Amino acid sequence: MAAKKRASGPRRREPVTDSQLLMTITIGIFLAMYALAMIFMGGGFLRTQQFFDLLNDNAALIIISCSLTIVMIGGGINISVGGVIGLTVMACALFLNESGIASGGLCIFLTFLLALGIGLAFGVLQGFLISHLEIQPFIVTLAGMFLARGLTTILSVNPVKVAHEDFLSLVKVKASFPWLGYTAKNGNLIPAKLEIGAIVALAVVVLVYLMLRYARLGRHIYAIGGNQQSALMLGINVKRTRFMSYLISGLLSGLAGFVFLMHKPAGNASVAMRSEMDAIAASIIGGTLLTGGVGNVIGTFFGAMILATIQKIIALSPLNESWWQEMANGAMLGLFIMLQSVILGNRGKRKKADVQIVRRE
Amino acid sequence: MSAKKIQIRRGGGLGQLLIPLVALAILLLFNLIRDPGFYSIGVAVNNSGNRVLTGNVISIIDSASELAIIALGMTLVTAACGGQDISVGAVGTIAGSIFVKVLKAFPSINLGAVLAAMLACCLVAVLFNLFNGALVSVFRIQPMIATLILFSCGRSIAYWIVGSATPQIDSPIISAMGMTIPGIPIPTPIFGVILVGLLLALIFRFTTLRLYTESVGVNQGAARLNGINPVVIKLLSFVILGVCVAVAGVIGTCRMGQVSHKTLLIDIEMDAILAVAIGGNNLGGGRFRISGSILGAYIIQMLTTTLLAMRVDPVNIKAYKAVVIIIIVMAGSPVVKSRLTALWSRARLSRGVN
Repeated sequence: MAAKKRASGPRRREPVTDSQLLMTITIGIFLAMYALAMIFMGGGFLRTQQFFDLLNDNAALIIISCSLTIVMIGGGINISVGGVIGLTVMACALFLNESGIASGGLCIFLTFLLALGIGLAFGVLQGFLISHLEIQPFIVTLAGMFLARGLTTILSVNPVKVAHEDFLSLVKVKASFPWLGYTAKNGNLIPAKLEIGAIVALAVVVLVYLMLRYARLGRHIYAIGGNQQSALMLGINVKRTRFMSYLISGLLSGLAGFVFLMHKPAGNASVAMRSEMDAIAASIIGGTLLTGGVGNVIGTFFGAMILATIQKIIALSPLNESWWQEMANGAMLGLFIMLQSVILGNRGKRKKADVQIVRRE
Repeated sequence: MSAKKIQIRRGGGLGQLLIPLVALAILLLFNLIRDPGFYSIGVAVNNSGNRVLTGNVISIIDSASELAIIALGMTLVTAACGGQDISVGAVGTIAGSIFVKVLKAFPSINLGAVLAAMLACCLVAVLFNLFNGALVSVFRIQPMIATLILFSCGRSIAYWIVGSATPQIDSPIISAMGMTIPGIPIPTPIFGVILVGLLLALIFRFTTLRLYTESVGVNQGAARLNGINPVVIKLLSFVILGVCVAVAGVIGTCRMGQVSHKTLLIDIEMDAILAVAIGGNNLGGGRFRISGSILGAYIIQMLTTTLLAMRVDPVNIKAYKAVVIIIIVMAGSPVVKSRLTALWSRARLSRGVN
């Protein structure tokens, strides 16, 4: 890299980085897809509520996608997020039903702490094994997934429905936006509604974006993902940074579990099954590279929204079967992966060509 | 310091197998103490009137067959590409579906039909894995991401191929392949593992594949400069994995007598990667030991059977498995290893001084 720069001498700044380009493509495809859905499917897609429903239904997915993006930028992977959501949902549902705490507010607050605590525990354990004992992240988080899924069924094999009155009323609380609503056939104005979970998810996206862009930890995560050796030479505490990235990832998974419970107040052994793969797909579609150092959480958000839109389109179309859904997801993922590879490959070639031209001069 | 490092490296040959062997020994010992009758082997007559061997040992070796075969191929892909294929379960299910589809096309199931079906499903599995391999080697996408595509839609493709949820196949040949051949008391899948293992061993013995794979895995650039084409080696590793996956898919299908796109070879990708890791192979590619991966596969199955024998609820097994896996990989972690080595040499030093 250094040699290349020296050879090319003073060059004009590149207008956009790879990450920005990939993100722009993702946002463009999302907008195009949504516009096509508006034109061809009409109906629901013309209403703001449809867009809000995408957020409402996929709040947990958006949060874990953000958590995965952080870890992937740091050059790691975390496939335990779906398992942690499952465990959190089950534990919180049981706690709400059986804690017997009289005060509803206190009980809900403790449940929230329980959710974060479970996430934190997984984050700390996995972070320690990965950063300090240098075990491969894939294996550690795979074991974490097994542990979380196993603990979920140990807690309860049967589905648990939340019966806590105050929590159920909290679930029904929605932010309503009358000016974004539509008028029903009988003349009533139906406001567009956004759930608390969706607002939390949006807040997480913004916070993670700010953290990665401006906070010291965020910059360090990019550095260790880009090149661990040079990060070490720059005096960055690689172990601590890696540990913190897994800790945040675990914490966000716990939060995602609570958000999931707020959307569907019932625990079940198969909650969020395989959602880790959806989250990885969302990150990749958003332009994050598994090799680390490249990525952007805004792109991840749109990646998750693309998956959500595909799901919605297929659910509303006559092809409403789970296997069509999976095939469409696979095709979309394949398209983006190829696109990334081709774009990054071309850019690499162009850079090489630049160098050659300079050398000839 | 340097002398110490050399010492560690010299022990590396057996060192890789040390931890899985110790883990296996501990599991064996644990079972012996818990239930002395755990290893007893009996002879029983099965439904079709054949005399077959029964017992925990036979059942462990039998039911680990698919996992062991896939772990063999996975080791090669891991070594060459520095990443893992997570679509093996899905591609195996596709292979099983093709197997059933071709068999159904024949008027009666005879040996020729089975051979044709096996050939067809091997071909299809290799084609799907060539797709994965091309993404990895030509487009230079990380293996896990490239295979995520088939992981997420492979089972749907399998469903689309057979067109129904669980098509059944019923024939003496199929049950002979999935369970036991009349007259031979050992389950047939075990012979499948031996066959695939022998084949790979012969390939490694008489070709330079092993050396080339390792050199591509250790340093791709250096391998290219030495005249090895990394693209071909990576594609080849995926082709071999494809054949392994097809064989595993056929064994799984024959064992059940049906192909179910939801349950056939489910979660096997995770177990196979685990087997490779427990076997002491570096998941980042490079040098590998096939025997380690096979050992890893049998350790995983042994663990499952032990937990089942202890009357742990099958749905809860994952949690206990996770704990044991963490302990095994912790023992194999480079940091823990070097700490222990340092502790050991210090102890020896102080003994020498005294």
